[in-house]
Amino acid sequence: MFRSALRALTVFGVMAAAPALAPALAAGDHTQGPAALPHAHFHFEGVFGTFDRASAQRGFQVYKEVCSACHSMRLLSYRHLLELGLSEAEVRAIAATVTVNDGPNDEGQMFERPGRLSDRFRSPFPNEAAARAANNGAAPPDLSVISKAREEGPHYLHALLTGYADPPAGMAMGDGMNYNRYFPGNQIAMSAPLREEGQVEYADGTKATVEQMALDVTNFLQWAAEPEMEARKRMGVKWVLFLTILGGLAYATKRKIWANVPH
Amino acid sequence: MSIGLHNSTFKNPVIRWVDSRLPIFSMMQNEYGTFPTPKNFNYFWNFGALAMINLLIMIATGIFLAMHYTPHVSMAFDSVERIMRDVNYGWLFRYVHANGASMFFIVVYVHIWRGMWYGSYKAPRELLWIIGVVIFLLMMATAFMGYVLPWGQMSFWGATVITNLFSAFPVVGDHIVTLLWGGFSVDNPTLNRFFSLHFLLPFVIFGVVFLHVAALHITGSNNPLGIDVKSPADTLPFHPYYTAKDSVGMVVYFIVFASLVFFAPNYLGHADNYIPANPMVTPAHIVPEWYFLPYYAILRAVPDKLGGVLLMFGSILVWFILPWLDTSPVRSMRFRPIAKWFLLLWGIAFGVLMYCGGKPPEGIYVVLSRVATLYYFAWFLVILPLLGRLERPLPLPESIAKPVLRGGGPLPAGAAAKPMEKA
Repeated sequence: MFRSALRALTVFGVMAAAPALAPALAAGDHTQGPAALPHAHFHFEGVFGTFDRASAQRGFQVYKEVCSACHSMRLLSYRHLLELGLSEAEVRAIAATVTVNDGPNDEGQMFERPGRLSDRFRSPFPNEAAARAANNGAAPPDLSVISKAREEGPHYLHALLTGYADPPAGMAMGDGMNYNRYFPGNQIAMSAPLREEGQVEYADGTKATVEQMALDVTNFLQWAAEPEMEARKRMGVKWVLFLTILGGLAYATKRKIWANVPH
Repeated sequence: MSIGLHNSTFKNPVIRWVDSRLPIFSMMQNEYGTFPTPKNFNYFWNFGALAMINLLIMIATGIFLAMHYTPHVSMAFDSVERIMRDVNYGWLFRYVHANGASMFFIVVYVHIWRGMWYGSYKAPRELLWIIGVVIFLLMMATAFMGYVLPWGQMSFWGATVITNLFSAFPVVGDHIVTLLWGGFSVDNPTLNRFFSLHFLLPFVIFGVVFLHVAALHITGSNNPLGIDVKSPADTLPFHPYYTAKDSVGMVVYFIVFASLVFFAPNYLGHADNYIPANPMVTPAHIVPEWYFLPYYAILRAVPDKLGGVLLMFGSILVWFILPWLDTSPVRSMRFRPIAKWFLLLWGIAFGVLMYCGGKPPEGIYVVLSRVATLYYFAWFLVILPLLGRLERPLPLPESIAKPVLRGGGPLPAGAAAKPMEKA
């Protein structure tokens, strides 16, 4: 009986693993050759991983001062930044720096007002066509869930931001295109956003190297894509512990009930 | 059945009063309490109950998701993200629902494999099996339409590719496609009708599952030996023996399920589906969800579109006639020394197809897909019908209570009285 239990579990495991492998195997089929991604270590990885809030807050600063010139994050509201560990006063101040078009008021007029906690992040362009026209024909993608929208999300983002280089000799580059080791096809419309040390000035005194800025903004984008991650993993640990104990009890019960059955 | 009050055996006066007029308690008692069940089930027999639980989980989470979801092309993606960010425990419901679909297919694939290995489809359970195949087809339709709802890139392009398959049929093809789309491309009417049907079909499945269970309780369960129940000594009451055994499998199932939901919720999904649908940009690789990959591989293995579509549908439809393709009188593969290897090979071919379905249709993957497709059908249409005549099965045990030892021959006296492995 125990043997058949093992066998059933093995089959279950294989059945569970086979589909799990499939998408992983399906990934990374790029006809042109982006280099293999370097794997940075992130604090949010693993079953007990949590966000490095200091890094993610610095990453928000990088987003605000660099990325947000072209990239929207339209699914986030300023109030979400409270979960990142910023104080309410700080977040209100951040929201107030943008001007929001609101209305119509009682006279039927549209009006402008400073941003509030409940406002969505302001987008840099009024619509996609404007974004496209201002950026050499390539609309900068929204970054709200970008970390989930790319294979190996955070590793890809970190690699892409640090992957700019001069094109290899003999490679014909398109007009206004930039060489990047990790972008599929190696030609990306976005010019290197993180170019030099000290591009942003971190309030906490961290040295703003390109590598540091890339890691920080990746941490921020990962948080933005999966703000529920910490609650999710905490709940998961509890569930698995509970189920393991319950499983032991269920198995003991089953053995006791079956003890007198010859089979 | 005579007219008048049902003769209830329940002592509690309230239960007795209800049961005399509507013997629902007696029914539950008969079908899930004292129901005589073969005593020799292994853990493969957990998966029917697991599938039932999975269906209920999908319906429960789906109803709550539908309260917050907006089926409109300009709002669907954002409404799903709103569920993830702003709805209380919305992320939990959505991840349980999304991974629940994968778990459902894992469970049902094991359940189907169990049926094939132990010959559960054979007389007298042919209709039970056929109803099961109907459930599987309904599941596939439901899963496909559900995957379209978040309106990401893979939703949109998956819907475009799969609905376009119907255009391969001569004369009626284009009309079917227009009907599926509700227009001339995948657009808002498509999303609306898919949402409506995605909400409806699970309840249809629930109804057909009821028929599946009803049919099961007429014929009784098959068992690992594949022989008929001969006496009460062969059976145990369903409760507490199999409620206890199913509980063990249920907890293991929940651990796998929880691991996916809490620690790798997007592992089985595609990154591209977090990009909002864009009819102007085609993803580099349009790949269905993992559970459809084998059929996708069969589709692409055939160089002709109509041929591919027919073979793809045929790969499931052939299951309908499986009870008559298998000519062997022996159910369980335990007693079929040759067939079991061919069936194992069929399982491997299914796995190869799943692997190739996720790969680009070029080079070695096409060759592998073709060989596996050929074997997939050869097993059903050639090998299985022939083996029933050619293969000499091993001697069957006299009864479930008195199994023969490996290789045949009666049990030595006294061995049956000694409890064997207790697990």
